[in-house]
Amino acid sequence: MKLPAIVHKFSSPKNFYTMSGKMVPWFAWGFGLTLIFGLYYGFFVAPTDYQQGESYRIMFVHVPAAWMSMFIYMVMAVSGAVGLIWRIKTADLMASASAPIGAAFTFIALVTGSLWGKPMWGTYWVWDARLTSELILLFLYLGFIALQASIEDPRNAARAGAILAIVGVVNIPIIHYSVEWWSTLHQGATVSKMDKPSIHIDMLIPLLVMAVSFKLYYATSVLMRGRAEILLREQNSRWVKEIVANEGAAIGGGK
Amino acid sequence: MSASEFFNMGGYAFFVWSSYGISSIVLAWIFISPIFNKKNIIKELRIKYRQQERQRQDSADSEQA
Repeated sequence: MKLPAIVHKFSSPKNFYTMSGKMVPWFAWGFGLTLIFGLYYGFFVAPTDYQQGESYRIMFVHVPAAWMSMFIYMVMAVSGAVGLIWRIKTADLMASASAPIGAAFTFIALVTGSLWGKPMWGTYWVWDARLTSELILLFLYLGFIALQASIEDPRNAARAGAILAIVGVVNIPIIHYSVEWWSTLHQGATVSKMDKPSIHIDMLIPLLVMAVSFKLYYATSVLMRGRAEILLREQNSRWVKEIVANEGAAIGGGK
Repeated sequence: MSASEFFNMGGYAFFVWSSYGISSIVLAWIFISPIFNKKNIIKELRIKYRQQERQRQDSADSEQA
């Protein structure tokens, strides 16, 4: 299967650098505004939970972070696969730039879950299916990062990483369905139930706003990481030399 | 709701604020690190390009001599 020429044109490293530079400020502003709105709504508008008191407010960071941990993994695996099949450098770049952000969200989901579990379940940790599969997700991210760091040649590193990421996709449905397949302390889904979410609307709004905010955070962050990394990977091309000459003069140093 | 009531979080202050605190630190670090990283990469490439330029000049000089 061949990709249309236009995909190659827009996925060229130089175009990626130019276009992402224009997109980053918009994503960053969107992130900032949704974050302020989401936190305000979550702390000052959302009512106290009748069972969990104020402790449930951990949800507004815990649940979006857990969603992001899986979403970013899928982005990473799909871009890895695209890079593997069509040899698109910017797809490889997106995969490796996603990994640290995904690992961060996974870590946050685990830590905030633990801090929520202590007052509600009476324990920081339990080896049940949901928590264990999320921990495996963290190890997949860390394994991906370590694997890529250990291979000198960027093409081989991208290929090895992509294969690891694709194999690890099997863990994603396990995380999602773990609360249905096995008995667990972790509560089931309350938002994605199609008929009617069993959550108060004033709790649902900040939850969804925070989810959008984290998506925009990821968009901003992955592009910034990609923009830094691409200069290193494309250092022998003329356009990078021009950027280094221009921006290097502004930054100074190297004298 | 007073400020102290708000920060008390109905007795769950430790759990709620640790969650938000740790998340903020991690996300801020992930956000800021590529900014410094990019500056370092540009500095390093600048040095590298100069060395390459110098080597090219040296070899050109020795060919002439």
